[in-house]
This record gives sequence, structure tokens and C-alpha cells, in this order.
Amino acid sequence: MQLSTKHLLGIKYITQADISLILSTAKQFKEVLQRPIKKVPSLRDVTIVNLFYENSTRTRISFELAEKRLSADTINFTMSGSSAAKGETLLDTVNNILSMKVDMVVMRHSASGAPHFLAKHIPAAIINAGDGINEHPTQALLDAFSIIEKLGTLEGKKIVLVGDIMHSRVALSNIYLLKKMGAEVMVAGPPTLIPKYIKEAMDVRVEYNLKKALEWCDVANVLRIQLERQNQVLFSSLREYNIAYGVSRKLLDSLNKEIIIMHPGPINRGVEIDSDVADGNQSIILQQVENGVAVRMAALYLLSGKS
Amino acid sequence: MKEIINAQELQTQLKRLAVQLIAKHPNLTDVVIIGIQQGGVVMADELVIALQDLCPSQTIHYGQLDITFYRDDIRREIHAPDAMNIPFGIENKIVVLIDDVLFTGRTIKAALDVLLDYGRPDKVELCVLIDRKEHRQFPIQADYVGLMVQTNKQEKVKLVKQEDGSKHVILING
Repeated sequence: MQLSTKHLLGIKYITQADISLILSTAKQFKEVLQRPIKKVPSLRDVTIVNLFYENSTRTRISFELAEKRLSADTINFTMSGSSAAKGETLLDTVNNILSMKVDMVVMRHSASGAPHFLAKHIPAAIINAGDGINEHPTQALLDAFSIIEKLGTLEGKKIVLVGDIMHSRVALSNIYLLKKMGAEVMVAGPPTLIPKYIKEAMDVRVEYNLKKALEWCDVANVLRIQLERQNQVLFSSLREYNIAYGVSRKLLDSLNKEIIIMHPGPINRGVEIDSDVADGNQSIILQQVENGVAVRMAALYLLSGKS
Repeated sequence: MKEIINAQELQTQLKRLAVQLIAKHPNLTDVVIIGIQQGGVVMADELVIALQDLCPSQTIHYGQLDITFYRDDIRREIHAPDAMNIPFGIENKIVVLIDDVLFTGRTIKAALDVLLDYGRPDKVELCVLIDRKEHRQFPIQADYVGLMVQTNKQEKVKLVKQEDGSKHVILING
């Protein structure tokens, strides 16, 4: 069994079989992470550069930990303090790094399509760790892994993505993945934060009433309001957003069932989700983070043979 | 394809191996049986039943080990992993590794690497159904051997499940 692709640029470009292979491999890596020695020698001859042109805590630490657990050698690059700040182009920076014999690139960039551009010009395997408002494939994979861990399958499950769908790469990757794995997908939020033709383009349900959306679903994946990507006023205030679209304890208690609450982080407490929900017993937010390491180990491991 | 051990002979061989194991370790308290994925697990499933028949009152500790992440040929081909399940400590225990075929010794070497990441056993023994001794690439030998067979290097020997659920050992010409 091998992946059908050399890079992990987006869920859009991988098959259902690829997704299943990554998830089943991740399950075995999760077992590795429970062992007394949480490390395997699989990638001990592989060097990986983590290129982060945009801020990140969780994803960067998660990738770095995954690489270390696989015994890979790692180098970290961040925008600040690098020559990119002096005006070096992306391709020059990467080619310089690769000339030092680096095998794989994990990349986050604020421009959508940056890793796709890179994939056309360099020989190393690339994993997209988030590009602009396009995709964040490993997040969608770890979300899927976490849902399957809870519900056993994705097939036929109802998942709603709540909030800033417009600016969310997590939303797009999740939609691609959930559709490929046979789940039913809904997006919910204010009309200004939901792309106009998403229903037709992605074949998802659209709901503007949060309560109705939560009543429909088995799982609610609550997304962060991405203020840094919004260059115009899309809702009147954070407080008003919270009143209309914030997931609160009271709202969850008013439903006639218990749904699973997820959030890719970082959380804006009191905006899209209230603290007692984020920290409550329906929330699997910290399990998502834990599973992230195993899922990234699987992606790195399966792509490492391709370079 | 040639059958080396049929289903009936397999049962006889497994019983013989079980008797040898018990003869050496009459008390199984400190012994753990670990099958190596995948052929070794197929064999160990049966061997554990044979052991239990011989000593019904004793508890047998049985786990499965997968060497995928420890393979030394990982850069040539990426393999999908199998399940690993060692639900007990192996610290200071006598581990009996079970594999269907001992060939180059590379699988056993990798299995030893996996084991040592789990703990420090007192002793590790190896029990195999088939020994293809002349092809060894590492200084590794088995403590319990079902059958020695003469083979060509490119031939493949493995324990497989048949359609009716019974198991047999076959040789495939490479």
C-alpha cells in the first residue's frame, strides 16, 4: 500500500484510499506514542525543514514532535530573523536550504497556493501545513481521526462546520475530506462569512441559524474568527457574533441530544465558543491536539519513501 | 506453489513446539509469547491454543509485535503497518518471539529492536516453524525449530490461512 501522491498539498488531490491509509497508519503511531519509549527509527536518515512563513504554535510543535518521534533530523525556519525578511524570494530560500541535503519540506504560508508553486520547482516532498485561505490537510486528517475515534466511522455522520467558513483553510480541507469519506457536511454561520456559491460548488448544506445546525449534527467543528484575514467589516462586533453564533453551554443544553464539540485552535474564548463548552465533557479539543502528532507522523512516514 | 506442511502436519508441529516450550518453562508466569506480524501471529494464535491445552490452569501472556517502523529496508519501500499489541510489561520477563519462517534474520533483528524499546526482558528466545538456515544474513538462530527446509534464495515460504480457515505452509517459486 502506497500513497498515490508524492506531496500532501491538499485533501483535494488525494484519494479515499490515501485518506484511509494515512488514518490507519496514524492509529499504529498513536500506539507508539503510548509506549515507554515514544520513538521509532523509521526516518532516521531523513532531514526535514519546517518552513513557517506564518505564525503557528500547535501545528509547528506538532510537526516538530512528529518528526522527532520518527527520528528525523529537523531544521526550523521562521519568517522573522531569516533572510526572507531581507527580501529573498521563497524559491531562493528553499533552494538554498535544499542544497544542504534536505529531503522533505513542511510549509506554512499566508499565500494560498505557495506549496503548490514550490512543488513544481523543487524535488523534495512537500507537506502543506496551511496555505492562506486554501487548505490545511493535516488538520482535516486529525479531525477525521478524532471523529472516527469517537464515532467509529465518518460514513453517514453529520458534521457541521461553524463560523468563519470564508477565511478558513480548515473548513475547506474538512469539506473535501468529509465528502470523500461519505459524511454529510453542513456549514453554518453568518451569511457574510459563508462563501456565496459554496452549496453548489462543494455540495454542502448551508444553515444560517446556529441552533438548527446543532440540532441537525452529530459533531460541531467550531472555527476561529480569523480577524487577521478580514479586511472589511463582516459582522458588527465580536460581542454580537458571540450572541448569535457563539457555542454556549445554554445552547448545547437546549438540544435534545449530546453532540461532539471540536475546535482546531487557537480558541477565541467567549467569541466563537464559551469556556465552559471548550473545557466541557463534550469537547474533544485536546484529543484533537494529541491525535495531531500521530496523524502527522503517518503523513511524514508515508511520504518519506517518495523523494 | 508447493505445500511444505499441510494443515494436519502443522498441528503436529505446533504441538511438538508447545511440548518443547513447556519442557523448558514448566511455569509460564514469567514467560510472554509474542508473535511477529503477520505470519508469526498466525502461528502464535495456534501455538497459544496448543500451550493452553497442555497446561489449562496457567495464564498465558500473549502479544503481537509489528516491525514495520523498524525495518532496515524502509528507503526502498514504504510498508503499511500492522497492529501492535503488547498489553503487559516485558521487564525482567522471558520473551518467546514467534515467527513462521526464519530466513535472513533481518525480521528478528528488527523485532529485537522493537522489544528493547518496550523494556528490558531477562531473556529472549526464538521459536519458528520453518528454518531456512543457509540464507541467514545475521548471526541469529532459533531456540525451537519446527522444520528445517532447503530452499533457493528467491523462493518464498510462508504460513497462510486457507479458504476453509485451516492453515498450511507453502513454498512459492520466486
